[in-house]
Amino acid sequence: MNYLNSFVVALESLAANKLRSALTVLGIVIGVAAVIAMLAVGRGAQSTITGTIEGIGTNLLFVISGGNSDVTNPKPLTLADSQALRDSFAAPSVIGVAPMMQGSATVTAQGESTSTMLEAVTPDYGWVRNLELTEGEFISEAHILARSAVVVLGPDVAEELFGRTDGVVGETVRIEGQPFRVIGLLVSRGGSGFTNEDNRVIVPLTTAQARLLRRSTPNRVDMIIVQAASSEAVPQASEEIAAILRARHRTGIGADDFTVLNQQDFLDTAAAVTGVLTIFLGGVAAISLLVGGIGIMNIMLVSVIERTREIGLRKALGARKRDIMIQFLAESSMLSLLGGVLGIILGWLISAAVGAVAAASNADITPVIGVDSVLLATLFSMAVGLFFGLYPANRAASLEPVEALRYE
Amino acid sequence: MEASISAKKDLVIEARNLTKVYTMGDVEVHALRGLSLQIERGEIMSIMGPSGSGKSTLMNTLGCLDRPTSGEYYLDGESVAEMNDDQLADVRNRKVGFIFQTFNLLKRASALANVELPLRYANRNEDRTQIARQALESVGLGERLHHKPNELSGGQQQRVAIARALVNNPAFIMADEPTGNLDSKSGDEIMKMLLALNKERGVTVIIVTHDPEIAKRTERVVTIRDGQVADK
Ligand SMILES: Nc1ncnc2c1ncn2[C@@H]1O[C@H](COP(=O)(O)OP(=O)(O)OP(=O)(O)O)[C@@H](O)[C@H]1O
Ligand SMILES: [Mg+2]
Repeated sequence: MNYLNSFVVALESLAANKLRSALTVLGIVIGVAAVIAMLAVGRGAQSTITGTIEGIGTNLLFVISGGNSDVTNPKPLTLADSQALRDSFAAPSVIGVAPMMQGSATVTAQGESTSTMLEAVTPDYGWVRNLELTEGEFISEAHILARSAVVVLGPDVAEELFGRTDGVVGETVRIEGQPFRVIGLLVSRGGSGFTNEDNRVIVPLTTAQARLLRRSTPNRVDMIIVQAASSEAVPQASEEIAAILRARHRTGIGADDFTVLNQQDFLDTAAAVTGVLTIFLGGVAAISLLVGGIGIMNIMLVSVIERTREIGLRKALGARKRDIMIQFLAESSMLSLLGGVLGIILGWLISAAVGAVAAASNADITPVIGVDSVLLATLFSMAVGLFFGLYPANRAASLEPVEALRYE
Repeated sequence: MEASISAKKDLVIEARNLTKVYTMGDVEVHALRGLSLQIERGEIMSIMGPSGSGKSTLMNTLGCLDRPTSGEYYLDGESVAEMNDDQLADVRNRKVGFIFQTFNLLKRASALANVELPLRYANRNEDRTQIARQALESVGLGERLHHKPNELSGGQQQRVAIARALVNNPAFIMADEPTGNLDSKSGDEIMKMLLALNKERGVTVIIVTHDPEIAKRTERVVTIRDGQVADK
């Protein structure tokens, strides 16, 4: 009996038990759909994360307080530290230093109120982060010195408070109840992945230290953003920063109480996180495929028992062991292949739905279904069908014709 | 003397000293005890005997569904005892046409598909549908090609089984109680058909039956008792 015949026979017998076949296939459908959707969403998230990180700029370094090991008495970063990094002799690779503090704040104006991200910065922050204004001006050295109550608004905040994104310069808003004069309005960047850069307000660092973000140590900053002369100069700049801070904080070798991160560090961390996530999701998907496979095995065993007489008859009419084997393997692999195809379609639908939901909530994750994941799912489901069909098929093929014919 | 006779005759079946022992735990059941039997080409014969005498066991052995515990068996001159499973399957496919008491048709397949089945396993590149249709026409079911078994009467189902048994031109047809599940009228029809096949086409037919009326209509009756051919 040739293979085409076997597949026709297998199709016929699956069609004869439609509901049962459908329920059996369901396990594989869910497993494959899970694989496809998880890989697609995972990849979408990954490309969004890397996109966000790459948007930071290749020549920036981020200095934060705290080392890898548990250092005793870590000294916080201060404004004085950031001043020290400006030393063009000790740090020739550094061309910009922007200390900053971060927090959240409630901003009100004209009876409207919104909760937003608060950034307290120095003038350098503007060009280090490539901030552009649609109107007004950015925070100046004079504002820093005078601890002025001025603020630059993100477009979303302006929209919330004033219902417009132009002509807001000169208005007054209250941050945590204190009046601030609006001096500038940021250009919209659109939502990018996980943070919305349009929903923030920027105030002078000194003003915030005095009035908004009080920290235990005076002059303390949360982070110092450093711009290196070029992306090639980043490792050099990193060395220079570390040397200066070690001297200032009087820390021993290998006991740094600060950490210098660059774009590559973020990319590495993100890759590690998404890698773990992918393995985890893949594991979940593999388990569901396994369960689906066991479902197939179960139903094939039932089917072998039900069809014992049929198997005996086929053997009496001249079917060899191999013919029976192929017949049942064809059935189980067809079940799983069908499940695979339906699963790919369902997985595609799920990823499209996730993409739509993400788009609606402003987090632009675009799920990506690769040819490789489709191939993987198809091959894997075929393999599951063959593997879990093997035992039942062998059982059917090994039946003694006389015994099988006598079976009631 | 025995050898010279068998040389002259055209024997389809030659069985010598067949024994079959079923072992169930500690108990041994001797279903065949040194049974010898010769059947010539073109014969129509019946096998009778009380229940449990070993008729079905003999049929299964002659039909190559099962191997004897000991003894020699030549089918169409070929020694069956040394054959492996695949060779036995081929012998069943080409040389034996089975007719069962309970018809044993595939429930979900049409009459045509049922008759095609042995051709499928024969692996020959011929027009299976054409051959199967002719076989069904020869048993008078030309009008029922696409009926499923549950759309056919018992007699018609048994005729499909006869067509299926004939389709590969076997050396002999082996019918275990072919009329056992039929009323007397359709049973009579089936018997007439088997007799006609023997007379007109020279097909060798072996019928196992409990019914002396059926046995009377065949040329030769062999009675089995306690796993041996009973002396007359
Ligand atoms: N698979 C088996 N295992 C054990 N014993 C068996 C088996 N098949 C048959 N026997 C025994 O072998 C003997 C012969 O059985 P067989 O089926 O050949 O009888 P039979 O002549 O066909 O009887 P009946 O007319 O009732 O069909 C019986 O004693 C039976 O119990
Ligand atoms: Mg019997």
